[in-house]
Amino acid sequence: MKNTGILWKGLCRKPAALRGLAFILVICLGGFLAPLISPYSPGGLDEQRILEGPGWSHWMGTDGLGRDLFTRILYGARVSITVGIGTALAALLIGTLYGLISGYVGGTFDNLLMRIVDVCYGLPDLLIFILLSLVFGRNIAGILVALALVTWVRFARIARGQVLQAKEFIYVEGARAIGASHARIIARHILPNILAPILVTLTFSIPAAILAESTLSFIGLGINDPYSEWGTSWGTLAQDGWRAMRSYPHIIFFPAAAIFLTILAFNFLGNGLRDILDPKTR
Amino acid sequence: MARFLLRRLLHGLAVLWVVVTLTFILMHVTPGGPFDRERRLPPEVLANIAAKYHLDEPLLKQYARYLQAILRGDLGPSYKYIDRNVSDIVIDTLPVSALLGILALLFALAFSFPVGIGAAYYHNSWIDRWCLLFATLGISLPHFILGALLIWLFSLQLGWFQAGRWENLASVVLPTITLGAAPAAYLSYLLRSTLLETLGEDFIRTARAKGLKEIAVLLKHALNNSLIPTLTVLGPLAAALITGSFVVEYIFALPGMGRFFITAVTDRDYPLIMGVTLVYTVLLVCANLAVDLLYSFVDPRIKSR
Repeated sequence: MKNTGILWKGLCRKPAALRGLAFILVICLGGFLAPLISPYSPGGLDEQRILEGPGWSHWMGTDGLGRDLFTRILYGARVSITVGIGTALAALLIGTLYGLISGYVGGTFDNLLMRIVDVCYGLPDLLIFILLSLVFGRNIAGILVALALVTWVRFARIARGQVLQAKEFIYVEGARAIGASHARIIARHILPNILAPILVTLTFSIPAAILAESTLSFIGLGINDPYSEWGTSWGTLAQDGWRAMRSYPHIIFFPAAAIFLTILAFNFLGNGLRDILDPKTR
Repeated sequence: MARFLLRRLLHGLAVLWVVVTLTFILMHVTPGGPFDRERRLPPEVLANIAAKYHLDEPLLKQYARYLQAILRGDLGPSYKYIDRNVSDIVIDTLPVSALLGILALLFALAFSFPVGIGAAYYHNSWIDRWCLLFATLGISLPHFILGALLIWLFSLQLGWFQAGRWENLASVVLPTITLGAAPAAYLSYLLRSTLLETLGEDFIRTARAKGLKEIAVLLKHALNNSLIPTLTVLGPLAAALITGSFVVEYIFALPGMGRFFITAVTDRDYPLIMGVTLVYTVLLVCANLAVDLLYSFVDPRIKSR
């Protein structure tokens, strides 16, 4: 609890990071309270008002089927946020566990496990991600799993490096000397040490996942449900606008701005966190 | 030195083998086949097709056949383009992708060196602040948004460049910038921060005390020491260029390998998917090997390891 206080105090001194955090919260709230905010439904067709520009009744205009763009972007936030945070958390869980065990056990076992990570690092990850998403299905859960299977390597590397350092600390040796169990040493003495870099990696993994998901949805290989009532990916919305960009640039402008600003907000937050938690890299 | 390179080479081969095996497994556990059409084909026809492409054999035998063919440099027939081999398609489209990637890398280097050096030298000046802002923007802007923006501005509004062509110098400009912007932003940021660190070192003060010209201090003493961290990211950067290229090729409708990969995925043209993935991986492995070689030139200490 004391640490969260320090973190918050540090954040207050970073206006860019704070603004990023505020924007992320607004996007999250907007996405999950979308039915309360918007009077339209995301699939609500209106043949009378097709391809309208931004105006009073439709803030961001309407698309080729007369659907309100502002509503569609609100609902789309659900997809991006779920995929982004879900992927990062899943990758964190797999990667940190892998790195922890590998680094803690050490020796040949560690060598072998890190060889695997090295090979995974050498793969063209977006291609592997596309292939994996074919297997797991082109829906939110499938994309999330596929992305997590590509991202976990980063966490594994960082966790292992930190564990190798933390293992050598005198108090860890002390804990071992008085007979603490491995589980206790890991949980009480090693985990708190590796938390900071893991948190920073987590913050940077979220925008990376959002970027990958929206890119794939844009080129038509991502989430495949343009008529979903729960939310359509911003990448798919941008793709809709891309086809009509010559005459109706507003349809691509708003989803593209939403994607860009969300990624930017996470990156600002990540930069701020990194400066606070790791004073060495500045 | 030789041992170091041999180890890297073995590592590259391991990556290739994993990709070959992984794509093979993925393609065979994926639901739906390449010959699922709207109208169902009669079972006799399907059996004939399966026999032609050896899809009726046991998986292990297919795997062995596939490995042997790859070693001969044969990537198999395309299911979609019936009269063409995957190798032919790769030979036709790889030059376009490779040229795009090289141009983007050159653009990134040409941009980032002056900007990064300037930002570090004039620390906390306007050029430094712009460098930082540009780095964050460049990393956050997806290729497809930047590409769409450039097309909208420069070909639809201003009419300076034509999009969707690949014939002369003018048609290459926008794709190159789109693909190169993120690496350019990242490299300038990296150069700036490593140079800042080096400029604070004692040997820089010594060099200045000797009365060396500022330009010599900056370019010879400081820059040399900042090259290694820059080289480290060239490997991941090559990966970013490779995976970014197929989005850029899609947006600008360039006849490159990436665009074939995208259509191959929608068509479930397995040999083409596997072939293109393999070629991309070979490129990536070669890029990483080249970076390792460069390393040992820049930092002789690495040879002894």
